[in-house]
Parts: sequence; structure tokens; C-alpha cells
Amino acid sequence: MSALPLPPARVLRWVGPLLLALVALPWVVEPYQTTLFSYGLVMAIAALGFNLLLGYTGLLSFGHSAYFGAGAYAVALIVKYLKVSSLEILIVGGILASAAISALFGFLCVRYTKIFFGILTLALSQVLWSLAFKFFWVTGGSDGLRVPTPSLLGTHIAPGEDKMTYLAHRYYYYVLAIFLACTAIMWVIVHSPFGKALQAIRDNETRAEFVGVQVWHYRWVAFLVSGTYTGLAGALWVPLNGLTTPDILHWTFSGEIVFFTVLGGFGTFAGPIVGAIVFNYLKTFAVGYTVYWQMFLGVVLVTMVMALPTGIMGMVARLTQKWRRAPAS
Amino acid sequence: MDTLIVHVLTSLLYASVLFLIAGGLSLIYGVMRIVNLAHGMLYAFGAFVSAWAVGLMATRWPVAALYTLLPLGALAAAGLGAIIEPTLLRPFYKRAEEYQLLVTFGLLLILADLMRLLWGPYPLSASQLYESLGSMTIGDTIYPNYNLVVIAVGILAAVGMWAFVYKTQFGVVLRATSQNMRMASALGINVNRVYIQAFTLGCFMAGLGGAIIVPSQGAVLDMGVDALIMAFVVVVIGGLGSLEGALVGAVLVGVVREIGITFFPEVELAVLYLMAAVVLMVRPAGLFGRP
Repeated sequence: MSALPLPPARVLRWVGPLLLALVALPWVVEPYQTTLFSYGLVMAIAALGFNLLLGYTGLLSFGHSAYFGAGAYAVALIVKYLKVSSLEILIVGGILASAAISALFGFLCVRYTKIFFGILTLALSQVLWSLAFKFFWVTGGSDGLRVPTPSLLGTHIAPGEDKMTYLAHRYYYYVLAIFLACTAIMWVIVHSPFGKALQAIRDNETRAEFVGVQVWHYRWVAFLVSGTYTGLAGALWVPLNGLTTPDILHWTFSGEIVFFTVLGGFGTFAGPIVGAIVFNYLKTFAVGYTVYWQMFLGVVLVTMVMALPTGIMGMVARLTQKWRRAPAS
Repeated sequence: MDTLIVHVLTSLLYASVLFLIAGGLSLIYGVMRIVNLAHGMLYAFGAFVSAWAVGLMATRWPVAALYTLLPLGALAAAGLGAIIEPTLLRPFYKRAEEYQLLVTFGLLLILADLMRLLWGPYPLSASQLYESLGSMTIGDTIYPNYNLVVIAVGILAAVGMWAFVYKTQFGVVLRATSQNMRMASALGINVNRVYIQAFTLGCFMAGLGGAIIVPSQGAVLDMGVDALIMAFVVVVIGGLGSLEGALVGAVLVGVVREIGITFFPEVELAVLYLMAAVVLMVRPAGLFGRP
């Protein structure tokens, strides 16, 4: 096995300064801004996972809220019934729950592609939503479940410590570390033989099958990894939000995951990350600015799909290409 | 026995409305091969327009005359459909299904807020129509007469759709386009016109569903999103693109839902979604769909 594929030098040149900026962030901006950015990072983890299916395997899931919600509800239920406060244990619980559910749902869904895959994932995610909604004595129904601030690496929030500073510093670094690890792992996954096989399936299923790729099996594993990533994002999202409600299980939340992945550009590795962070700001801005934020987001989405189907990263790539070519000619 | 009759009537009531919504969704998919995620919004739009018109005239017109305002919702939804198809959907027929889903999802967001903008966040009602018909007693249960009107409209719509698709010239053109768009086009059919007509008709059905349900349930903003998912369940069971499938699916869902509400209310919705998932796994094309 050859050495791990590293990103090209022109990308690596950006990684250093970017990392520095990410680490310095809580010292530069207001706690509110840092927390907002944490939300973006959490969604970026979900988007990375989602894009393994959409961008690399060519399957559009309209039910990823199920795995996000599974992670979030697993955390909330462990806190409620087992009184665990260590976030590490909670995360393991969230990952196990979302992995179990995505293994099951994936097993059922990957036999189909295109529109049927989308509708089947959607229908299954709605099963979870309706259960969370109806079994209110367990899940809190539409009120959801409150989750107190968990302890990180064994240290609790100090008595009297402001929750906002806690979220903006310790929790932010926690999320950042996990996000960086997730990004690195996903990079390895998509550049591994497994990732290449997924892309082969996406481009031509029949040919992939003929060169010996077990299409069904590969899709299932991709689904499992994708769902688990999204579940991890859900688990990290709960302490940030302090509350989990059935809204994150509803299919319109799946739509948001699809939205930001497409916004960033699902044809690239970094696109979903950029899309999730940008979408987070876009939505926060729109919600704060007008009650008609859905309309604003809808117009953005329709315009994007019509004019810029390659997303933000696609546009950036085109611009830099033009810019690089210009001095030469 | 009497309770059984009430249960059957309630199932049929739900099935009637569901058939109108799901039938439109299925018709649009059958002809244009596009799954319209915003379809539920057109149902809600029909409900809002009807409720608004009735509310506007409630003090001026006698109650009997207010009934003539109900179809306005269906016409408005049809009109909206006639605007949406050529402007937003037409550029997407040649592109991947993913983009079609995305653009209709964007449309869903836009329409949801458009209705909030037009009619505000509060529910609208047209209950005077519902009350004016009175009620009857079946055994020990009081059953509102208006629900019978809804069932009648549902049955009429089913018969009307069948006659329209299988007995008219336009129906032939519609079916031909649905089976082979290129061939139909080569034979001189204006496919673009068929598409816009089919989409408008599908939206008309959804709007009609909203218009006839509004006197008994009122118009609320969430109704569109919920309706879409139930319509999905129906068309998945019956088969995407099949009107017979939508009818059978709607009746099936209506009955199962009624049984669910009576015996196991907690998992009623889950059972319906699971039913759809099981049908997809056993027969991906649905009971009546063509693979």
C-alpha cells in the first residue's frame, strides 16, 4: 500500500494559515460568533458524511435527518435515563445509535437508486420522526428533551462559569478537533481504493460490477459511514443547542442538509464544508432579518440550482482558473 | 355496526382528500417524470384561497352562495401551477433527477412563506359552511353532513379523472406522452403544451383537495408539508404515475390510518410510513406502477 495521498501543494499552502485562523478564532471574535461558527462546523461534519453518498456514490438521500436525529436523541436519552455527563461516552452512544440505524436503513435502501432511493430514505426517516413525536413520555414529544452541559474529557463546567464562554472556548476547541479529525478521515476514505470504487459505481454501475466491485456491498458501507458521520454531528449539536426536538428528525431538515451540500458544491471534497458554514450564516442572517427566511433560502436554492449547479466551490474553481490563465495569455 | 359505519365514513373522508392530492402528484409524475416536492403547498394554497374568499364574503352573501366560492381555491392552485411549470420546472427536464428534487424543494420553501406573507401566520377557517349543513346521528355518534359532501367530491373526482384520462381525446394525448414523450412529439403532439396542461390539472386536483377540506379543518401553514408526505405514502403504495394506484393507495391509507387511530394511536404514522417502505422493497414500482 502506497503512502497516504496528500492534498496537492497549492491546497496544503492554505491549510496552515487556515488552521491558525481557526485556532485563534475564539480570541478574536465575540463568544456569540464563535458559537455560531461551531454550529457551522458541526453541520460541516454532517455534510461531509452526506456528500460521501451524494458526491462520491451518486445517491441522493432525502432522509439524513434520521441519522442526525438518532445521534442527537441517543445523547439526550442517555443523559435522561443513565445520567451520564461525560461527552465522550455520549458521543460513543450517539455514534453507535446512528450507526445501527443507518446500517438497518441502508440495508433496505441501497437496493434502489435515484428517485426511489430518495423517497425510501425519506419515508424511513419520517418513521423515526413520527415515533419521536408520538412517544412523548420518552422523547418529550414536540417539546423535545433538554440536555445539560456535559463534561469534556472529565472536566465539568466550573460552578459559576458562564455557559456562553464555555461553549465559545472549550466546547469550540472540542468540536474543532473532532471536525479536523473527521475531515482527515474522510479525505483518506475518498482517496482509498474503497473511495475509488464508490466513484466507479457512481460513474458507471454496470462497469463497476464487471470489474468486480460488489456494488450493493459498497453502497451499504458508504451509507453506513455517511449516516454515522451525520449521527456524530447530531451528537455534537445537542450540547451546543441544549435541546433536541423532533424538528431535526423531520424531512425538511434532510432538505437543509441537501441544500448546504449543493450550495458548497457536491462535486468537490471541500464543497460541503464550505456550504455548511456558509448556509449556517445565511440562515442565521435570514432568520434574524425577516420572518420570511424560508422564502429567502428558497430563492437562493432555486437560483443556485438554475445558475450555479456546481456550487460555491465550482464557482471558485472556475474563477481561479480564469484568473490563472489571464496573465499567461 | 353503527360505529363501523362511522369508521368507514371517516376512512373514506380521508381517502377522498388524499386521492385528490396524491392523484395530482401521480399524474404529474406519470406524464413528466418529475416528483414535485412542492405539491403539498399547492394543496395548502387551495385551502387558503378558498378560506380567504369565504371569509371575505361571509357577511355579505347568504351561506348557500358561499359554496360557490370553494372551487376558487382549486382554480387558484391550477393558475399557480400554470405559472410554475414553464418558468421553474421546464429547464430541468433534461437534467438529473437530483436537481429536479432540489428545485421543487426550493419552491416548497418559497410557497410556504408566500402563504405566510399573504395570509399571516394564523389559521383561516370557513367553518360556517361546515356548520350550515348540520349533522345526523348514526347510532350514538353525531356525524357532520359536510363530510359526506367531501366523500362525494372525492368519488366524483375519481370518476371524472378516469373518464378524462381514458375517454377523451386529451386523455389519449396525455397517455401517449406519458408512455413515450419522444414518439408523441414525433407524431406532432405539442409536448410542452401537454406538460403544462398535465401540471395544471395535477395542481387543480391538489387545490380542490384543499378547498373541500377547509370548511371542516381550516387552513394552517403546516398542512402542505404533512400532506405531501402522506401523498408520498399513497403513491409509493399505489405506484408512482398510476391514477388507479393513487385511488387504491388512498383508500388503503385511509383505512389503515383509521384503524391505527382507533387501536394504536402512538404508532399510527409509523405504520403508514413502514407500509410505504415495505411496498417499495417488495414491489419498487408500487402495486399498480410500471417498473
